[in-house]
Amino acid sequence: MKFTLSWLKDHLETTASVDRIVEAMTMAGLEVEDVEDPATKLAAFSVAKIVEAVQHPNADRLRVCQVETRDGRKEIVCGAPNARAGLTTIYAPIGAYVPGLGVTLVEKPVRGVVSNGMMCSASELEVAEESDGILELPDSLAVGTSAAEALGLEAVIDFEVTPNRPDWLGVAGIARDLAAAGVGRLKDLSVQAVAGKFPCPVEIRLDGSDACPVFAGRLVRGVRNGPSPEWLQARLKAIGLRPISALVDITNLLSYDRARPLHVYDAAKLTGGFIEARLGREGEEVHALDGKTYAVTPDMCVIADAKGPLGLGGVMGGEDSGCSETTTDVFIESAWFDPLRTAQTGRVLGITSDAQYRFARGVDPGFVVPGLELATKLVLELCGGEASEVLVAGQIPAAPVPIEFDPNYVHRLSGLSVAREGVLEILHKLGFETKGDGASVVVTPPTWRRDVEGKADLVEEVARIAGYGALPSTPLPEVARAVGGVLTVRQARARVARRALAAAGYSEAVTWSFTARKTAELFGGGQDALVLANPIAAELDCMRPSILPNLIEAAGRNAKRGFADAALFEIGPVFGGDQPQDQRLAISAILAPHGPRRWDGAQAEDVFTIKADLIALLDELGAPTANLQVAQGAAAPWWHPGRSARLQLGPKAVIAEFGALHPAVLKALDVDGPVYGFEVFVETIPEPKRKPTKTKPALALSPLMPLSRDFAFVVAKDKAAGDLTKAVAGADKALIAAARVFDVYEGKGVEDGFKSLAVEVTIQPREATLTEAEIEALSAKIVAAAEKATGAKLRG
Amino acid sequence: MTDLSQLEADLSAQIAAAGDLSALEAVRVAALGKTGSVSALLKTLGAMSPDERKERGPQINGLRDRATALIAERKAALEAAALDAQLAAERLDLTLPAPPRRKGGVHPTMQVMDEMVAIFAEMGFSVAEGPDIEDDFHNFTALNFPPKHPAREMHDTFFFHPGEDGERKLLRTHTSPVQVRTMQRTNTPPPAPWIAGGQEPPIRVIVPGRTYRKDSDQTHTPMFHQVEGLVIDKGVHMGHLKWTLETFIARFFETDSVVTRFRPHHFPFTEPSAEMDVGCDRSGGELRIGQGSDWLEILGCGMVHPNVLRACGVDPDVYQGFAFGMGVDRLAMLKYGMPDLRDLFAGDGRWLSHYGFSAFADPNPASGLS
Repeated sequence: MKFTLSWLKDHLETTASVDRIVEAMTMAGLEVEDVEDPATKLAAFSVAKIVEAVQHPNADRLRVCQVETRDGRKEIVCGAPNARAGLTTIYAPIGAYVPGLGVTLVEKPVRGVVSNGMMCSASELEVAEESDGILELPDSLAVGTSAAEALGLEAVIDFEVTPNRPDWLGVAGIARDLAAAGVGRLKDLSVQAVAGKFPCPVEIRLDGSDACPVFAGRLVRGVRNGPSPEWLQARLKAIGLRPISALVDITNLLSYDRARPLHVYDAAKLTGGFIEARLGREGEEVHALDGKTYAVTPDMCVIADAKGPLGLGGVMGGEDSGCSETTTDVFIESAWFDPLRTAQTGRVLGITSDAQYRFARGVDPGFVVPGLELATKLVLELCGGEASEVLVAGQIPAAPVPIEFDPNYVHRLSGLSVAREGVLEILHKLGFETKGDGASVVVTPPTWRRDVEGKADLVEEVARIAGYGALPSTPLPEVARAVGGVLTVRQARARVARRALAAAGYSEAVTWSFTARKTAELFGGGQDALVLANPIAAELDCMRPSILPNLIEAAGRNAKRGFADAALFEIGPVFGGDQPQDQRLAISAILAPHGPRRWDGAQAEDVFTIKADLIALLDELGAPTANLQVAQGAAAPWWHPGRSARLQLGPKAVIAEFGALHPAVLKALDVDGPVYGFEVFVETIPEPKRKPTKTKPALALSPLMPLSRDFAFVVAKDKAAGDLTKAVAGADKALIAAARVFDVYEGKGVEDGFKSLAVEVTIQPREATLTEAEIEALSAKIVAAAEKATGAKLRG
Repeated sequence: MTDLSQLEADLSAQIAAAGDLSALEAVRVAALGKTGSVSALLKTLGAMSPDERKERGPQINGLRDRATALIAERKAALEAAALDAQLAAERLDLTLPAPPRRKGGVHPTMQVMDEMVAIFAEMGFSVAEGPDIEDDFHNFTALNFPPKHPAREMHDTFFFHPGEDGERKLLRTHTSPVQVRTMQRTNTPPPAPWIAGGQEPPIRVIVPGRTYRKDSDQTHTPMFHQVEGLVIDKGVHMGHLKWTLETFIARFFETDSVVTRFRPHHFPFTEPSAEMDVGCDRSGGELRIGQGSDWLEILGCGMVHPNVLRACGVDPDVYQGFAFGMGVDRLAMLKYGMPDLRDLFAGDGRWLSHYGFSAFADPNPASGLS
């Protein structure tokens, strides 16, 4: 919404500067987006008079002019055909930036004659789109007058209106708030009725629906419609509207002046002697003013005559019934359309007109008839004719409900100290009525403030006019702090995981919660419930079932830029369904090792790197890593079937999956492998038991030296090393502290289909040093346990 | 005499000539071993007369002692030379690269989230969470957005297809639904343990999380992060709100001289509502918070609307409070100077390592909250 200072001054007596007004608007809740001040833009330009114009000695089309300017007499070369002696026009000195040309003037000879400036056309000053020759201004203008003043240009203030304040969509509404805020005095906004000379010959009908509860109208006959007067055109042009004809311009003026949209019909084009507001019917169409044809639905409000719909009520008028230069009898509509329905119609049809914008936010129901009277007055003034009596069909929507209000509540809710009289004065200035002088008063909001529904709204009115600048800064009362921090275990784990993975060399990424449905399907997702109806892009149409695809794709994008080596992680939500409990927190990481080649021949990172990082992470998160089952081959199908596993406490307590990504999945994501990764499901990690003390269990240090023994087992190739070491460790839980594979061998000396696993067993004597016989007995138990679990034999 | 002198001279020469430890050992055995030349001389002492022994004894023993000392000395020299040779052979070119170690980092948005949590935790706030996929009630209706109201349009909501019950789920457009979950006493137990359950006032929580709007340009992305704050108690007013936010901004931007400006605004779920601007200086292309004459819009806030309290079963005549919401990504950009919001979610390794934070920069009151 835009307005100019002179327009504002129609309703507000003030000497305030533009800056002061902008500041007051901002602090009253009107967000000023931009102030375009031509006086600043055209500061270099001023009025000048051509004293003499003679033919250029070297160019047929050029004239050499002697010009009286602000800077004294100047010789200026001009190519405009209308450059003649005696002309009053606009002059730009050397050094001025000419906005319409995008150049800064420099002193240079034009065909041998130096031009000491320039005389400008309207388009060169950007005050018109096209122009023919230099500006021709009234002779009465004094040399040196600023161009902005000479051309009647003034600052245009552009601001944003929040949806609760449709009254700010009219300049009068802004004037009211500014007056309340102390920027000036509000002029009388009341409207005089225009007496009708004859009964309105056009009947107004309503269908009784909520679409249009009230419709006022009257006929003005014998009008002459033509271009509107200069002042009206200038006012509309200043805020970017195109003048059309006097009748149409009057409706646009009132739309912006009083936030009161109106419509004018050429009465000669109405059929059946009536006009009605009703719901649309299937199959009906409207040929709207924008030249388009819209299909009407029974949800939309139409204005119709006997032949059918003329326009969309409150949204856009029709082409066939509009006023033109030949119009002599005009029917003026001032109705009130249901905001929700108007908003809906605009949305469905993709129309946002000035009228639709206002009706959708709710225009002042108290101004239906005054708006019609004001329009009539302007029509009679500008177009002549005589007016009929006013017809009103339907009921004006109920006024806002009075509110019982204790003025002290302003202090209670806002902390501001405003005396009772101050509270009431502000409310009165904003058009609220108050009754009663007890502890509470009854406040009736004005009809244009349908947003004010309760006490808190009244506090806002008082607070914003009194000024938020006066709000006190009051410390929150001290509260007892949560012992041991405020984070839940889950929140703290996310925080620890972030630091642990970053320390382990992974870079944290944050990627979209969505992915492409076909990608989601690759990772076990893509169900209908998680597909967006209105995605921002086709490849972001589905909630992600896993973070992995996003990280893999990020690695792919990095690789395509020439940075293939990637170690990324993300901590965030994954979605198993559309219910709140279907959302889980995942910690995912990927490793695409493409590090520099090594001069020492050391191995690159591989699936065991990611396993080590995963176990280290789980340790940091307090997971019982010693008890975790490594379920090889049990991981989901997007992993390499032979190089992936689940870490679980049981089949239903899957804490993580890790491994190499399946080559087919990588191919589908257009990423070169291998890529390793893991995904941890944070909620599955058991929470630590709450203990009454933070004391750690006592440390029992054995005085006896541990000893180690090596065993070489031959076992079938498909047996898991983990099963073997688990059996070995379980052979005597009291004595065996650890069992760890240190060599894996297949080939010469080991039968086909078998492998040799060398295991180092650490034995911790408990009570006394073990004798050779005891060690022999333990070794036998180890070998027996290994054989029982995996069929392993000691290598001969 | 002569033979002893000769023997000693010969031994000295042999010891000096021994080129390595085994040659030296051979010399030692030949002289001092059981059958060695010096040992043989020592054996002759037993057969001598006391007078003769008195004369010869010291001579022969002296010879043995000097030979032993010479051998020890030579041995030490040979060992030192051997070690020098070994060390020379063990020389490594230490200008060769060490095994590469990955350098990870924390994403700036997440760093800022952690900073904000640390600051608010100091002020007695705990952290509440809620689901990203919400329903109309929690995201709009309970927050005083009337059905079909134009204010809903301003949120550019992402919707899912209607389910069997005809209900259309949506992606939350703000973290405010968690306000509702926190205040609604009937929300017990919550749908999942991590989701905020209803609690009795007094309430003092912040709500960090992902939010979604259908929008994309240099300053808008379809997903972004918010931190919401909610304080409900008896007698909490806008002055407390102002203090809370001023305190936060000063700590967050690490400035003593923060200047704020509250402007009236409109949000359906607060009344009165405000936007907060922070005084800043933009000269020279760099943003400095806490000085200068420009204003920078930081966040929206206000007193919780009585309709919201009522929708959650809280009596607005007994309890009142404030709420605020701010964009985490934007605050991260303002503080750390990232120019384009979209880069935050692109996962470009170069960007992440340039703008990322050390794992050990965990915000805490002792080393600093940012």
